[in-house]
Amino acid sequence: MAKELKLMKGNEAIAEAAIRSGCDGYFGYPITPQSEVMEYLMAEKPWERTGMVVLQAESETSSINMVYGGAGVGKKVMTSSSSPGISLMQEGLTYLAGAELPAIIANVVRGGPGLGTIQPSQADYFQATKGGGHGDYQLFVLAPATVQEMYDFVFLGWEIAFKYRNPVMILSDGAIGQVMEKLYVGDYVPRWTDEELKKNAPWASYGKPANREHHIITSLELDSAKQEEHNHKLQAKYREMEEKEVRFETIDCEDADYIFVAYGSSARIAQKAIQLGREKGIKVGLLRPITLFPFPKKPIAEFSKKVKGILTVEMSAGQMVEDVRLAAEFRCPVEHFGRYGGIIHTPHEVLEALEEKIIKAK
Amino acid sequence: MTEEIIIAGFGGQGVLSMGKILAYSGAMQDKEVSWMPSYGPEMRGGTANVSVIISDQRISSPIISQFDTAIILNQQSLDKFEKSVKPGGVLLYDPNGVINPPKRTDINIYKVSATEKSAELGLAKVFNMMVLGAYLKIKPVVTEEFIEKGLMKSLPERHHGLIPENLKAVQTGKELVEAVRTL
Repeated sequence: MAKELKLMKGNEAIAEAAIRSGCDGYFGYPITPQSEVMEYLMAEKPWERTGMVVLQAESETSSINMVYGGAGVGKKVMTSSSSPGISLMQEGLTYLAGAELPAIIANVVRGGPGLGTIQPSQADYFQATKGGGHGDYQLFVLAPATVQEMYDFVFLGWEIAFKYRNPVMILSDGAIGQVMEKLYVGDYVPRWTDEELKKNAPWASYGKPANREHHIITSLELDSAKQEEHNHKLQAKYREMEEKEVRFETIDCEDADYIFVAYGSSARIAQKAIQLGREKGIKVGLLRPITLFPFPKKPIAEFSKKVKGILTVEMSAGQMVEDVRLAAEFRCPVEHFGRYGGIIHTPHEVLEALEEKIIKAK
Repeated sequence: MTEEIIIAGFGGQGVLSMGKILAYSGAMQDKEVSWMPSYGPEMRGGTANVSVIISDQRISSPIISQFDTAIILNQQSLDKFEKSVKPGGVLLYDPNGVINPPKRTDINIYKVSATEKSAELGLAKVFNMMVLGAYLKIKPVVTEEFIEKGLMKSLPERHHGLIPENLKAVQTGKELVEAVRTL
């Protein structure tokens, strides 16, 4: 595949990836810090080149329901927003999960609660990984840490979404959305033809011929026995994801006495803190969850048997730390550090927190 | 080599685009680069800043709080970032409107009167390129050839006619820079 070098913002990379990955439709409503996604799409006019629809809806509630409609007929459809907008979409997300519809939702998180601030944050971890909407459901959650991953995870997102018939969330934040880095893009993947759609999404409601039953897309089932059965099916799917789809990266962990667990932009900051720490003789490494659901429980459990302590670094008051503690099962101290409300912690603060909360506390 | 830079000034001075041209030039020269703007309410009038990293290695954090070089274009930014220059680092500033000049004695301080010069030449639009030239004279992290390539890549084609003027401004900046106090 020919690789072309570009320099782009994370938000623009999502938009470029949508066009290049054969996306059929993007529906969105502008909100800082992710407005560049639709801005870029509108400037690129993909409808003239690939036929991809780009539509500004009247609200986030509307855009997520447009996604529901597009996904129901087997199209590759997506939306993006930031925290307050994603909150408005929660009803749509649980409906998508209930009706088992594939879609990509990118959340470029900003500080909350409420309208909060436009600066970066990672305080939507709970919302993304623990439901957000009602009912027993899971989004598949990918956490990009680079502009390249913002791009790559759109491609990966389609793969997962259609393989499992499940909505995929790309959970980034204002920093990854706004930073400009090198990006290598590949060839254009054409949009699916009608034949390909029928092959790749045979369950979709693409028009009923006389010789088969209706394909019904719904999350409603009033017969509780059937609804329980449907729930069993969903749970089996989530367990299969946990079995097969966990993704993570480790950096400098071979000789580590301590590890950071951090995702997204905090993982980048933690990497710098590792450099600073190692200059001082502190052997620290990083485990970076790439999938937040399914969460890398097993590798964290393994590390908890080997290291003297774990510090989670997230731009929140401490959310992922709960999952890390569950995985570590008190085999080693697990503490949290993070600035929040739109403030980004510095590498020095992260290292200081490791020294104060883990190393000296022992 | 890793060079961590903050460029700070008023919105409208071309702070973000100067950083972008530097980042593009670095990328063209096969370096790893990152460009992280302050995109907050500052953008809506007031101060603007961007941190740029150019490195031979994979860049860990694009978010940094201490800098090898600070390029400062107004008093507010000087007050904010003078303390964030690493000991032994570089502070380059435009003295226009600066009442309280930098005081640190453990860093290298340079000035470039780019506001004055660009106004005198009637070239206010390439003011930021003069500042960039001054910086490249102190720290030649990218070569001239790649600045031209960076400009070609970062400017839309309809503006490519302006590239010679921009490159001339880089030259002017190189000639204009003065050492105030060096280690």
